[in-house]
Amino acid sequence: MRLTGARILMECLRAEGVEVFFGYPGGVVLPLYNTLGEYPDIKHVLVRHEQAAAHAADGYARVAGRTGVCLATSGPGATNLVTGITTAYMDSVPMVVLTGNVARDLIGRDGFQEADITGITLPITKHNYLLMRASEIAPAVKEAFHIASTGRKGPVLVDIPKDVFIEEAEWDGYPQGVSLRGYPIMDVPREEEVDKAAEIVNSAKKPIIIAGHGVVQSEAQDELVEFAERSDTPVLTTLLGISGMPEDHELSYGFLGMHGHFYANMAADRADVVIGIGMRFDDRAMGRFSDFNPTARIVHIDIDPAEIGKNFKTHAPVNGDVKETLSRLLPQIERNSHPEWRAEIDQIMDQHPTDYIEEGTGLGGPWLVRALAEATEGQSTIVTGVGQHQMWAAQYYPYTKQRQWVTSGGLGTMGYEVPAAMGAQFAQDEPIWSICGDGGFQMTSQELQTVADHNLPVRFAIFNNGFLGMVRQWQELFYEHNYHSVDLGQPDFVKLAEAYGIRGVRVSTRAEAIQIFRDLEGYDGPVVIDFQLEREENVWPMVPAGAALSETIESAEEL
Amino acid sequence: MASRNTIVAHVEDRPGVLARVASLFRRRGFNIESLTVGHCEEPGLSRMTIVVDGDDHQVDQVCRQLFKLIDVVSVQDITYVPMVDRELALLKVSATNFNRREVLDVVEVFRADVVDVHSEALIVQVLGDEGKVNAAVEMFEQFGILEMVRTGRVAMVRGTETTKPPAISDSQQAAAAIRAMLGRRPEGALPFASD
Repeated sequence: MRLTGARILMECLRAEGVEVFFGYPGGVVLPLYNTLGEYPDIKHVLVRHEQAAAHAADGYARVAGRTGVCLATSGPGATNLVTGITTAYMDSVPMVVLTGNVARDLIGRDGFQEADITGITLPITKHNYLLMRASEIAPAVKEAFHIASTGRKGPVLVDIPKDVFIEEAEWDGYPQGVSLRGYPIMDVPREEEVDKAAEIVNSAKKPIIIAGHGVVQSEAQDELVEFAERSDTPVLTTLLGISGMPEDHELSYGFLGMHGHFYANMAADRADVVIGIGMRFDDRAMGRFSDFNPTARIVHIDIDPAEIGKNFKTHAPVNGDVKETLSRLLPQIERNSHPEWRAEIDQIMDQHPTDYIEEGTGLGGPWLVRALAEATEGQSTIVTGVGQHQMWAAQYYPYTKQRQWVTSGGLGTMGYEVPAAMGAQFAQDEPIWSICGDGGFQMTSQELQTVADHNLPVRFAIFNNGFLGMVRQWQELFYEHNYHSVDLGQPDFVKLAEAYGIRGVRVSTRAEAIQIFRDLEGYDGPVVIDFQLEREENVWPMVPAGAALSETIESAEEL
Repeated sequence: MASRNTIVAHVEDRPGVLARVASLFRRRGFNIESLTVGHCEEPGLSRMTIVVDGDDHQVDQVCRQLFKLIDVVSVQDITYVPMVDRELALLKVSATNFNRREVLDVVEVFRADVVDVHSEALIVQVLGDEGKVNAAVEMFEQFGILEMVRTGRVAMVRGTETTKPPAISDSQQAAAAIRAMLGRRPEGALPFASD
């Protein structure tokens, strides 16, 4: 059967089981939009800016555990995706990005709305394609989904010129497999690596696990818990590893890093064996590399062989998928107990709890996250932007379920919270809480229209202190209080919500906050809540930039 | 301390492959000394010989990052493997009736070839490893080098061992072969600390 390139693409998406994708039309993708009506089972969500299409696909992917899909036209449409693609790339989120391009004979001639998007995205995609024939679409899309969702996951871009959408090619079904010689699946670790790791874990006196995004991506929570219990090893997570370990477990000691828990940072610094699982020893997590726990032996389990040894010397490298590796490692792990080590960390936790909640009736970030946690019984999916609100959301909400936590960790993309929550809401019925900064919210608030179009029950909780809070905190602490360009003017967020036909609420006291949480129970539409926060609250604890984890401070006086 | 390292990579012969490799080197801050690309024994694949500056850790990272490119089929660090490496240089050397004999003497010493003659210049072709080519260039400088082009290094492992990529369809076997290729640095070099 001969089909146009546009129909072949849609047949491929259907064969991949794509239920929803996020896009924005334009000149060169018109042939594709012309066929969308024939594929009602594949929901197209019209966003209001292409950046949001990429973030929405990313948010959807993280919550659904499936590959997110987005679409944009050539030129500015494609370049607007770049921040969203980079966000997904840095956090290893599986995504297939579709772009149109100018007709083949115009490529390279600076035609109207031409951008070299495959060139632009070379360093921010796992792989990309420029397709010059309709017959290339099916194999390329098959490969794109395969590459995006296997190994270390990531975004793959497929660029299709306008006339390739129109050209006809033979369609004899979706390809069954891929033949990628340069891309073997490296899920299964080598036996000798597993043996070495087990030997080091079994001989540890003060072991610590640092669980990263790989645990969540591999959905290996059960294996992680069993590994921790059997070896009696306290578990820390990275920022992106949050929700990989149930935080109500007695071996859970929160997350480490620049604004991680004090006791988590100390535990990482004092351990004799550090077991990194599906993480990449990032500078924000580890502090100053040269002074991170120099005597610890390091076991590093990761799917990406290039991550092993990148930042630290590794004593036991294990290259493999987290779930696969842990299940092979478990039989070799001896039952152990480390009561003295646990007591040492417990004592630090008792002396330095993360509990920076002030008395009174005003709204502080920590208080507000904890109140939200109580109101939602710790069960909500939380999406955040980047900054103070993000750190409070990481510190004070007790995450227990995998994929419950969605944040831009590697790239740190402000404005992620609005479109990512919108996209994530397509992956689940339960209302999603989007914890927003007042700065980030203003970057992508146009997506309130998309939310309204689909009557999505997202709760946008703006942590509104009228400042770019994290930048202000740095100016206060490290630039002699010299505030510049951080005092943000803003619209009336309640009226803004109402202008989009969305319920808007302003909340200034703790009593009002508790009341609105109650009011929203059972409410199935979107809402924007403008929480009026104290203006100059800081996030504690903190590892100052360039300092070691052992130099974590808990107040400005310690600087 | 920086040192010269030789990496052999086989890549799919597709548009944009060179850009991918170059983009990776630029982004990761790796320093390419020379890079040569050409056909190899297998149709559809190209063979790259890459000479990079860097310590053991950096070179190990180069190999691992290179391998992550989908179009890169195999990567081997042959710095510490017995091998033959060659480079070709064309030198346009100033040579007149006055000193041509002297120039030809140097040509002979280096077992180089004269591939073009003119009343005031010769083109000399020098073939050898990098050290020999450097020495030849230095010697010809006394006559005046009007122009020079060098190919960069190509290399091949000695004996029956090859750097051919594994022709394996089984993914697990392919993974094992690739893992064996990576990390050929001597004992004690990064990324694996001795216990």
